[in-house]
Amino acid sequence: MSGILRFEDWSDPVPPAEREVVSRLPEDDTGRPPLLFVPGLGHGAWAFAEHWLGHAAGRGFPAHAVTPRAGGDLRAQAHDVVQTAAALPRQTVLIGHGTGGRVVARALGRYPARAAVLVAPLLDGWAALGAALRSNPTGTVPALFGGRLKFSARQLFGPELPAEEAKAHLERIGVRPTAGLLARDELPSPVGGPPTLVVGSPDDRVVPRPALDRAAARYGGAPLLFPGMGHYLMLETGWAEPIDAILDWLDKELPR
Amino acid sequence: MQDSPDLGDRGGAVCVVGAGASGLTAIKNLREQGFAVDCYERETSVGGAWNWRHDRSPVYAGAHLVTSRPLTEFPDFPMPDTWPDYPHHSQVLEYLERYAKHFGLGEHIWYGMEVTSIEPAGDGRWDVSIQSTGGGTSRVQRYAAVVIANGHNWSPVSPEIPGDFAGQVIHANAYKEPSRLRGRKVLVIGGGNTGCDLAVEAAQHAGRVWHSTRRGYWYFPKYLGNRPADQAYHRRMPSWLRDRRLRRTAADLTRWGVPAPDHAPLESHPIVNGLLPHYLGHGRIEAVPDVTRYDGASVELADGSRIEPELVITATGYRPRFDFLAPEVLEIDEDGRPDLHLHAFARKHPTLAVIGLVQASAGVFPLAHWQSVAVARWLRLRADDPEKAGAVQREESKRPLASWSRRKVVPTRRHWFEVDHVDYLTAVESLLKNMETAK
Repeated sequence: MSGILRFEDWSDPVPPAEREVVSRLPEDDTGRPPLLFVPGLGHGAWAFAEHWLGHAAGRGFPAHAVTPRAGGDLRAQAHDVVQTAAALPRQTVLIGHGTGGRVVARALGRYPARAAVLVAPLLDGWAALGAALRSNPTGTVPALFGGRLKFSARQLFGPELPAEEAKAHLERIGVRPTAGLLARDELPSPVGGPPTLVVGSPDDRVVPRPALDRAAARYGGAPLLFPGMGHYLMLETGWAEPIDAILDWLDKELPR
Repeated sequence: MQDSPDLGDRGGAVCVVGAGASGLTAIKNLREQGFAVDCYERETSVGGAWNWRHDRSPVYAGAHLVTSRPLTEFPDFPMPDTWPDYPHHSQVLEYLERYAKHFGLGEHIWYGMEVTSIEPAGDGRWDVSIQSTGGGTSRVQRYAAVVIANGHNWSPVSPEIPGDFAGQVIHANAYKEPSRLRGRKVLVIGGGNTGCDLAVEAAQHAGRVWHSTRRGYWYFPKYLGNRPADQAYHRRMPSWLRDRRLRRTAADLTRWGVPAPDHAPLESHPIVNGLLPHYLGHGRIEAVPDVTRYDGASVELADGSRIEPELVITATGYRPRFDFLAPEVLEIDEDGRPDLHLHAFARKHPTLAVIGLVQASAGVFPLAHWQSVAVARWLRLRADDPEKAGAVQREESKRPLASWSRRKVVPTRRHWFEVDHVDYLTAVESLLKNMETAK
């Protein structure tokens, strides 16, 4: 795919759509870049609104989360992210979780982000399928035949999250995977060369450790790891630790 | 920057002339490559030609884009997808203001400052003289490179018509809103996009309208069915097919006495105006040939007939001007045409470039963006790895002119910087690749 000759975008632009954006703003404008969180399949902006948005705002970052259009393909969802970022007043940091990491990786080929963070990014659908079959075969096999993907709490969350909370989150997470999820499309080179960080957990049962290493290597680094946590780092009991590490990294990379 | 008449050496910084669309994207892309940038803007705000508050702005109240959003926006900062297909000029200004704010470009722009001269200072460096537009002392700053983005739609070209005219003659750049036309007999001279737009505005407001064109153009509609026509033309397809599609969808206005085009569809930039045939068909616009003479209250036409307009609007275009440079620096010929590689790089001065001096089959912003990406990466390569830069320069000198320029195809003073959107971007893309892979 040529980065310059964009026949598809010129002749068949993605049509506009409703996009849910949840925002938490700091009390004073400290001049820090806005953060835009992008959820993956099965959950929406709410997953970031639980803890991370408020926490980031408390540390002075204007924090937003966008739910890309339902049923949109990767191109449409990346378009939604770029549109939302371009509508913010300043050059934005893109932060994607799970398959949202893939949407962000696509968006980085279109929008010069201030920086990018991929949290437990699901860039390789086949590795994720293997991991899902190992950790939850009965919930995964039906999805291969067009059914709904059923998760178990053990698969998505670390052991420390109280069972009731895990159950409540599970009820809100619904995924009907599409064939596009398994595609291994080539990720574009990020325009403007933003600093990029990969964050994850070695105990994630959705995105296995080797996939995290590969994702980080793709962007020229090593993953920042939080052992003991599950896939949904932003919903775990220890949610503060990874977001603080991300904000510390941003403070270091983007000195004011 | 100190406010003294002494020569200030700005080290590795780059000077950008102008904060219109081309200047803004130049600042952004130079900053992205790590350059310090000083941009000088004679007005007190960004937007250049698109800012109707600027005294040199050619926009008029009713002006909308003639290319649709996806072919007009900067490739890395899309316009809102809820905006109309062909935004109004005030939205284009809002877009440029947001672009400047989003990327923090304002802090690199010095407003109310005019560049009065740019002189080579040896070793690829430049002495730039800057003067406050409110008068005051001028000062000289030394830069590692200069990027000129002073626009090409501000110095009007008026036709030389013999005789005296008793009515009023204005250039299109002085036309701002339709009250000026109401109830009057109007002659619009010029078949370009502005001339056709003004003929249509006149058809909606004036008493009687004549539209004089010398050459034939290709007249395209804004829509094919419910889709912007330029989107249909910019699908991936071989050029013969694009040519055929263009020929099939163009309006043939010869029935109404408009001259037939004397060139292939994309050899000159297309006229996009779906309403021109409409008003010709209503008899509200009368197509007339070239104007040969003014004679008191009347205007004599090439076919010998005479008409008596009260107002003549000359929509006969603009001329690029580089008053701050010695002509030989840009190798400007006697017709005022600079000789630049890819219409951007000065051939004898590797640290001098011009952005936005192209007239394309689609919007200029995307081309200005990719030009400035190429210029910024070139300057970076030259600073970091002169040997590799030399290899790229040798490679580039072999690029055939016909692969990116439509020069000589339509030999008029206006059309020498015409390019085809796809051909031109293909050439820039290959330059960018050469810079990555050169050894």
